[in-house]
Amino acid sequence: MIELKNVYKRFGEHVVLDGVDFVVQPGETVALLGPSGVGKSVLLKHINGLIHPDAGEVFVEGMDVRLLKRRELSRLRSQVGYVFQYGALFDSENVFENIRLGITDDEAAKDRAFCERRVVECLGLVNLPPDTAEKYPAELSGGMRKRVGIARAIAGQPMYLLYDEPTSGLDPVNASIIDSLVEKLRDELGVTSVVVTHDVRSAFQIANRIALLHEGKIRAEGNPEQLLAVEDEAVQRFLGRDLDITLAQLKRYRTHGSSL
Amino acid sequence: MPEPETRESWRLTGTYRSPVVTIDVRQIVGRASLMAASHIGRVALLLIEILRGLVEWRIWVPRAFEQAQNVGYGSLFVVMLTAAFAGAVTSLQAGYQFTGSIPIYYAAGVIVESIILELGPVLTALLLAGRIGARYAAELGSMRVTEQIDALESLGRNAVSFLIIPRVVAGTVMLPVLVVVADIVGITAGYLASKSSLGMTHADFVHGANFFFRPLDAWYSMIKSVAFGLAVTVVPCYLGLSTKQGAEGVGRSTTSAVVSASVLILFLDAVLTQLLLQ
Repeated sequence: MIELKNVYKRFGEHVVLDGVDFVVQPGETVALLGPSGVGKSVLLKHINGLIHPDAGEVFVEGMDVRLLKRRELSRLRSQVGYVFQYGALFDSENVFENIRLGITDDEAAKDRAFCERRVVECLGLVNLPPDTAEKYPAELSGGMRKRVGIARAIAGQPMYLLYDEPTSGLDPVNASIIDSLVEKLRDELGVTSVVVTHDVRSAFQIANRIALLHEGKIRAEGNPEQLLAVEDEAVQRFLGRDLDITLAQLKRYRTHGSSL
Repeated sequence: MPEPETRESWRLTGTYRSPVVTIDVRQIVGRASLMAASHIGRVALLLIEILRGLVEWRIWVPRAFEQAQNVGYGSLFVVMLTAAFAGAVTSLQAGYQFTGSIPIYYAAGVIVESIILELGPVLTALLLAGRIGARYAAELGSMRVTEQIDALESLGRNAVSFLIIPRVVAGTVMLPVLVVVADIVGITAGYLASKSSLGMTHADFVHGANFFFRPLDAWYSMIKSVAFGLAVTVVPCYLGLSTKQGAEGVGRSTTSAVVSASVLILFLDAVLTQLLLQ
């Protein structure tokens, strides 16, 4: 379980997180929605200790992330895959080495044959052909880079996956592929996921639960139906901006599984 | 309400008063001191992290070899070229100064001592500050702004062991090696120049070199080289890791790395000379 309790974070004079409480239950896929620059990625980076809060507590698997020593934090991070907004692939290494670095079991990572099998397996999970392993990040398209980023994040078989804007900057076709991939990984690997996005459609498609971050706080939270029913003007304005759907359409989607 | 004064109104009325700008020297000095203390503190923390990371030798040793090849082999030509010119010019200048009653073999002593004590280590270090200092700051700065360093950390890897220690070890080990090469090339060039231009014999050169040389000189040169090696690697690595604000930030870090490392080399040169040769 992931639990953030009353988390505060400021950069200089700018308060980014102003007492955030946020819980993710095992097996859930939670979408963290909010406009750009509201602090969604900052919140996500608190979960694996890339950023520490100025005040408040962050628990993952019952461990307070702030208090972990380097080795303990490394162990925890090996259980929390992180998919970066722009892939953050190591550009001096090819795809094989990038994914190999994601194999967090040091003994397994030394076994070349195991690594080759695992890299092909991970590429398959993100719908990429095995020969992608030989390519360098500069030779890949934006969508492929994101998928390699996901492959790297799952290579160590993590319990949690944190996605930072997985569909931003992609065309609708590639965005839809990534959305399907998030659902597929949830179903096939059973990982607990937190997806940071400002794409309302994407959030409604992939998440069991959605939280809306607004002015440093979680303004609204619930499943898609509950979120649509929230009467808060700021919430409605944000949802209405990108999402021209009604509850009836949402129910039709849930029933027939068609695209929004 | 009176119209605000602008340069346009001044043109029309001829009554423009410049705004009063006050410079609070104490505030400027205070801010600069705080910033300097903050940088020194963070460099000290990085050094502690480097020392702690040395135990993870399986990670950094193979990468240090790659970096050492880059630093050593990659810098060899430019170091030799610079040393050759420095040696030849020192020889010609010594010949110009040591005329009249001063024995010619004194010039050989000046050439050899200048190369070993000062020109070899300082010129090589300044070259490496430009060559690998800029490279390290730019590489690490780019990795920082594209979140590659965060990605490494998020995979449970220690970025200091993966990225910093190999670079620092490679620079600190290879700089003394390059200084030895620079000394040999510089002295050889000085010897050839003194033979051809000053009419110095081989025996004069060897006598002059031996007359002034002490074993401490070689140790002093090596101690300086190691200190300079740390300066040209740790400072750029620190500035690269601290990069913010995209491409502009990478450019700023790269420039700062070269300038800071060069200034630090000159400062260490003065301090070590005072400590070791007085």
